[in-house]
Amino acid sequence: MGLLTGLRESLTKLFSGGPTQRRIGIYGPPNAGKTTLANRISRDWTGDAVGPESHIPHETRRARRKENVEIKRNGKSVNIDVVDTPGVTTKVDYTEFMDHDMEKDDAVRRSREATEGVAEAMHWLREDIDGVIYVLDSADDPFTQVNTMLIGIIESRDIPVLIFANKTDLEDASIKRIENAFPQHETVPLSALHGENMDEVYDKIAEYFG
Amino acid sequence: MAKANSDSGADDGNDDNDGDGVQIDLISSERMADLASMEKIRTILDGVHDGNIVILEEGLSPDEESRLIEVTMAEIDPDEFTGIEIETYPRPDSGGGFLSRIMGNENTAKLTVIGPADRIQTLHKDETLISALITRR
Repeated sequence: MGLLTGLRESLTKLFSGGPTQRRIGIYGPPNAGKTTLANRISRDWTGDAVGPESHIPHETRRARRKENVEIKRNGKSVNIDVVDTPGVTTKVDYTEFMDHDMEKDDAVRRSREATEGVAEAMHWLREDIDGVIYVLDSADDPFTQVNTMLIGIIESRDIPVLIFANKTDLEDASIKRIENAFPQHETVPLSALHGENMDEVYDKIAEYFG
Repeated sequence: MAKANSDSGADDGNDDNDGDGVQIDLISSERMADLASMEKIRTILDGVHDGNIVILEEGLSPDEESRLIEVTMAEIDPDEFTGIEIETYPRPDSGGGFLSRIMGNENTAKLTVIGPADRIQTLHKDETLISALITRR
């Protein structure tokens, strides 16, 4: 965490008399499992889901927020708002949705909503996010331009970031590949779908965002 | 046929493009240095909308990259423009941290290639090489 961010947090706590409610954005490329993770966290601590999950890219086309998620770790509690964001990309082609048995009108509408959602996610990142969980599919190549750019954007804003190597249950998963791609950040392996390694996930959330 | 514009010729846009080739605009760091962030983004996207490949001698800042994604999304038109493909070398670690950035010492010097998503395909990328396939419409 940066010097100015830490100073701002300390002053806020001093004058408000309590811990700050932090907005934690779940970012990453499409289909990395962001909504599955958001739902897992939200269900574990509030009993409610954040939004629907799907294997079709851009299922999440609006940033969704679950407020007041209280995570209790080691006798302390951390209060966060979980913001599930649309997968970030630099291109959206409606014909790719038609590969998922979608009619053209539906595919076009979905692509328009997806572009608005990505723009919204970028705006949130610049204006309204206090920390980032960056979710990657462990079976995919992490050395993509979108990943490089987004991590660079997050670092430039001096906000804390955790890399989550999701989908470790897949046969082709490689946590080492993700660690090598972003060695400057801590990587936490997990399977949000199966709830594997969630204890470490919550330990790290409390440590980084508490 | 391929045609490369020097930075002084980039304003000529696509007027001379006869449709048989791919226009490449090589934009110098000096030219971009005089532009505000949104002017840089407009310069890039205007070129890309014309079907050109834009190569920046020096890349955008992280904030400008963020705005480039946002503006690109706003301009996607399902039957006309599907977005951009962008490739840069990984950002070198300046080692200066946040104080260095707020003092304006951030090192953004990195060659950047941007083109229409339906015309450029990255074949290989590592820390020292970007290999891309550029196709005609």
